[in-house]
Amino acid sequence: MFGSRLSIAMGLVLVLCVILLVRLFDLQIMHYSYYSMLSRQNSINPMPIQPVRGLILDRNGIVLADNFPVFSLDVIPSHVKNLHALIVKLGHLISLNSQDLRDFKRRMGQLHPYDRVVLRSHLTTEEAARVAVNLIHLDGVQLHARLERYYPLGGLAVAAVGYVSRINSWDEAHINRIKYAGVQHIGRLGIEARYQNVLLGRVGFKQVEINAHGRAVRVLSRTPPVAGKNIYLNIDAKMQALAEQALGTFAGGVVAMDPQTGAVLTFVSMPTYDPNEFVDGISERNYKALRDNPLHPLVNRALAGEYDPGSTIKPYYAIAGLASGKISAKHRAWCPGWFRLPGSRHVFHCWKRGGMGLVDMHDAIEQSCDVYFYKLAVKLGINTMTRYLGYFGFGHKTGIGISGELPGLVPNEAWRRAHHLHWYPGETVVAGIGQGPLLITPVQLADAVSAISMYGKRFVPNLVYAIENPVTKTMHYVHATLDPPVPVPKRDFKTVIKGMEAVVYNPQGTAFGMGAKAPYKIAGKTGTAQVMRQNTLQRAERERDLPLQDRDDAVFEAFAPVGDPTIAVAVVEEHGGHGGEIGAAIARKLMDYYLLKDGRPRVPLPPPKTAGGHPPPPERG
Amino acid sequence: MLERWHFDRPLFYALVILSVTGLAIVYSAGGDNLNMTIRDSVHLILGFSVMIGLAQVRPTTIARWSPYLFVVGFLMLIAVLGAGTVSNGARRWLGFGPLRFQPSEIMKLALPMMLAWYLSRGPLPIKLPQLLVSGAVILLPALMIIKEPDLGTAFLIAATGFLVLFLAGMGWRTIIVMAASTAAAIPVLWAHMHQYQRQRVYVLFHPESDPLGIGYHTIQGMIAVGSGGLLGKGWLHSTQAHLDFLPQSSTDFIFAVFSEEFGWLGVLALITLYLFILYRGALIAYRAQDTYSRLLAGGLTLVFFLYFFVNMSMVAGLLPVVGVPLPLISYGGTSVITLMAAFGMLMSIHSHRSIAA
Repeated sequence: MFGSRLSIAMGLVLVLCVILLVRLFDLQIMHYSYYSMLSRQNSINPMPIQPVRGLILDRNGIVLADNFPVFSLDVIPSHVKNLHALIVKLGHLISLNSQDLRDFKRRMGQLHPYDRVVLRSHLTTEEAARVAVNLIHLDGVQLHARLERYYPLGGLAVAAVGYVSRINSWDEAHINRIKYAGVQHIGRLGIEARYQNVLLGRVGFKQVEINAHGRAVRVLSRTPPVAGKNIYLNIDAKMQALAEQALGTFAGGVVAMDPQTGAVLTFVSMPTYDPNEFVDGISERNYKALRDNPLHPLVNRALAGEYDPGSTIKPYYAIAGLASGKISAKHRAWCPGWFRLPGSRHVFHCWKRGGMGLVDMHDAIEQSCDVYFYKLAVKLGINTMTRYLGYFGFGHKTGIGISGELPGLVPNEAWRRAHHLHWYPGETVVAGIGQGPLLITPVQLADAVSAISMYGKRFVPNLVYAIENPVTKTMHYVHATLDPPVPVPKRDFKTVIKGMEAVVYNPQGTAFGMGAKAPYKIAGKTGTAQVMRQNTLQRAERERDLPLQDRDDAVFEAFAPVGDPTIAVAVVEEHGGHGGEIGAAIARKLMDYYLLKDGRPRVPLPPPKTAGGHPPPPERG
Repeated sequence: MLERWHFDRPLFYALVILSVTGLAIVYSAGGDNLNMTIRDSVHLILGFSVMIGLAQVRPTTIARWSPYLFVVGFLMLIAVLGAGTVSNGARRWLGFGPLRFQPSEIMKLALPMMLAWYLSRGPLPIKLPQLLVSGAVILLPALMIIKEPDLGTAFLIAATGFLVLFLAGMGWRTIIVMAASTAAAIPVLWAHMHQYQRQRVYVLFHPESDPLGIGYHTIQGMIAVGSGGLLGKGWLHSTQAHLDFLPQSSTDFIFAVFSEEFGWLGVLALITLYLFILYRGALIAYRAQDTYSRLLAGGLTLVFFLYFFVNMSMVAGLLPVVGVPLPLISYGGTSVITLMAAFGMLMSIHSHRSIAA
C-alpha cells in the first residue's frame, strides 16, 4: 500500500516538475526577446503620484490644516557612488548646516537604501533653480516640488487637529505599502490620525521610461491620483482662539459642546505647541524643550488630563440622591461647618468655617455646602454614587474618537478590592465633595453637564461636522452617536438645574456675577480641586499667598440657555485657585461669543442636517 | 571510514553541491556581499552538523521524541500568539534573549513526525477514527499559524499533514471528499483573509494591476527569469538583482537571480539536482522497515518537493507570492536548520536498517 502511494506521489512530482520546466521554457526561451528587452533597457519604472491630502477646516471654513508647495532635495543613497563628495558638491549650491546632515543620516538609517531620503526640504526658489540647472551632474539626486502639510494657525486647536509627520520604519511595517507608495507623511495625532484614510486619498502612478542614468525621459501611461477628502470640524476657530487666549499662561483644558447635537465647539488643551515643527521631523533640541517643559504641552489635557473634579461633581450626586429616593429636594441638613462619622473621631470640615446653618438641596448646590454632601454621600453609599456617575459617562472614555483619551477614574469598593485593599467609610464622605481618587477629564465633564442640560440625553462628543468630496463638493454630514440616556426623571434634573442657576444668579452663589447682564439664562457649578492635601480651612486662608504650583486647580461647568441649551462648557485651569472666578469668566466669554452677536441674540447656527446654512468652502486652486 | 558513521553518501554529496550553489547565488544576489555569504555559510555548517548529529540517532528514539516535540511546538505556537514579536505586521517570532525563531519552523518537522508516530501505532490503511484524530492534529497548529497571520506556512504545514495521510493509505473517496470540502471552503477562507493576502491572489492573475506593490515583485521576477534565456547572463551578472530592481533577491526571490544568471539549462540542472535528492529520499522511504520510518521518510521527502516547487512556481508566476524560501539556496537561518534536521532523520532511517533486510 505504502509503496504504491509513494509511487503515485513521485509520479505527480515528475508531472509538476515538467509543468514548471515548460513554464520556464515559455518565459526564458519563447519570450526571451521580450523580457531581455525589458531587462536590458530596464527602462520602464512605475512611479507613484502622491494625492493631495484633504484639508481640515473649522465649521465656518477657516482652514486649520492646509497644503503648501515646497521644494525638497532628495537623495537615493543606493544610486550615489560617493555620498560625501556629493554632499560637498551640493553644499556649494544650497545651504546645508550640520543639523540638516544629522537629520539626513538619521532618516537614512530608518529607510531602505533604494528609498528617497530628504536631504533638505523647503528650498528657496533660487536654490531650487541652482540645483535644477546642475541636476545632470548629480547622480542619485532628485528635486521635488510637492505639497506639504502646513498649519496656518499654528498651535490653534492642535489638541483636536493633531498633526502629520514623516512615515517611519514602524509605520512602514504597519501600513499597506501600495496605498502609501510615494506618500511621505501620515497623520500622527488627532483628526489627522483618526481620519488618515479619508484625508489620504488614493495614490496614482505613471509608467516612466528611464534612461541609463536613471532619469525619466518619457511618461508612457498615467493613472491619476484621487485627492483626499476635506474635513470640516464642529470647532469654531474664533471661539477656540478666544478660549485659548482666555486661559492665557495657565495650563488647562476647555471643552465646549452643543448639548443638542453633541457637536464639540471648542477643544482646548493649554499650553499648545506648533504642529508645523513635527511635519518634517522636529529637531531633537526643540523636541527636548517641549518634552521637558514643566507645563507638558504635549499632553492633550482635553481628553487625557485627569483631574479631581472638586465640587463640580456635586450636582451629579444630588441627582443620584433624588433619583434613588434617598433624599428629597425639600430635605434640610444642618451645617455647623464640620461633620463627623458616628463612632469616628475624624472631623471633616466645610469650606465655610462657621457653617451654613440649615440648608436644603438648592442652597447646598448654590453655596457648595460640603457638609450637606458629606451627609448625602453617607446616605447614598459609594456604590450608588459611582453607579450614577457611570450613567453620566464618568470612568469611561467618551469615545470622541481621537487617540490618547483616558477614562478617568471612578473608584468604589470593587475597584479597591481589585487592588486588594479595603474601602473605608471616610473615603465615601470625602468622595461626596469630589475628592479622593476620583478623576475626570474635561471632555467627560462637558459631556456630563450637557447631559444634565438635556435632562439625561447624551451624545458621544462629535468633532467632525462634515466630510467634503473636493471634486464634486458634495458634503457628507456626520451625526453624533447617542449614548444611553441617564435613567433619571426630568423633574429631578430640573431641581438640580435650579440650584445650578442659583450658583450664577444668587448673591450667595459661588459664581455670582458671572451671569450679569446676560440676555440668556446660565446654570453652572464651581469646583476647586485639591493639589496639596491639606486641611480645608487652612487652605482657604492661605490660598492667595501660595506659590502658583501649590494652588488648587479651578474647575467649572456650565450651560446656557437653561431649558433650550445650545452650549455647555467645562473648564479646568491648573493652579487657577477657585473655580468660580476664572473658569466662570472663560465660560461666559464663550457663551457670549456663541449666543450673542453685538450683545444681541445671534441667529443660531444651522444644525448639521441642513446643508443650506453652511458657508461655501473657500475656493482653492 | 564513513561506513562507521550512519550516513547516506549520495544524499550528502547532493546536498553539498546544492548548498555551495546556494552560497554562490547568495553572494551574487546580495550585491557581491561577502559578509552575508559568510553568515549564510555559518548557517549551513550548523545545519550540516545538525544533520550528521541526527543521523546517528536511532529512528526508534526519534519516534519516541515525536509526540513531545509536537506538544512543545504547539505550546510555542500558543506562546507566540500571546507574547510573540511582531514583524511586518505578523506575530511569528518568539524571542529568547538575543535569539529569535519561528515556532512554525518546528511545526514543519513536528507535524509529520507526530502523524507518523500516531499512525504507526494502529493498523494501516487508516480508518475513520484515526482520520479524525489526524485531522485535529493537522488543523490545530495550522489554524494557530493562520492567526499569526502566516497563510503560506499554514497551508504548507497542512499540506505536509495531508501528504503523510496520503502515504498512510487514506481512501480515495476520503481524498475526493476533502478536495471538495476544501474547494467549498475557499469562499469562506477568502472572506476571512487579510486584505494583503487577497491582494496577492488577485495580483497573481493581474500583476499589471499593481505594478508598485506585490505585482512589482512578480513582474520584476518574471523579467529576471525571462531575460536569462537558454544559457543565462553568467554568474554575478544578474542586472535585475544588482540594480535593485528585484526585491528580496537573496531570500524568497533568489530563484529569479539563479534563472537570470544560469538560464533555462541551469534551471534544468537545478531541478534535476532537486529531483535526485527526492529520488534518494523516496528510495530511503521504500526501503524503510517499519511504518513510522516509512511514513516519516516519505512525508519529509514530499515536503521537500513542496517547498522548492512552491517557491519556483511563485517566481515563475504560477502561484501567489507566499513567504517560502528555496531550500538550501535562499539565504536564511532557522529554515536551513529545520531542513537539514529533516535530512538528518532521513539518513538515520536509511542507515539504521537491520542487516537482515
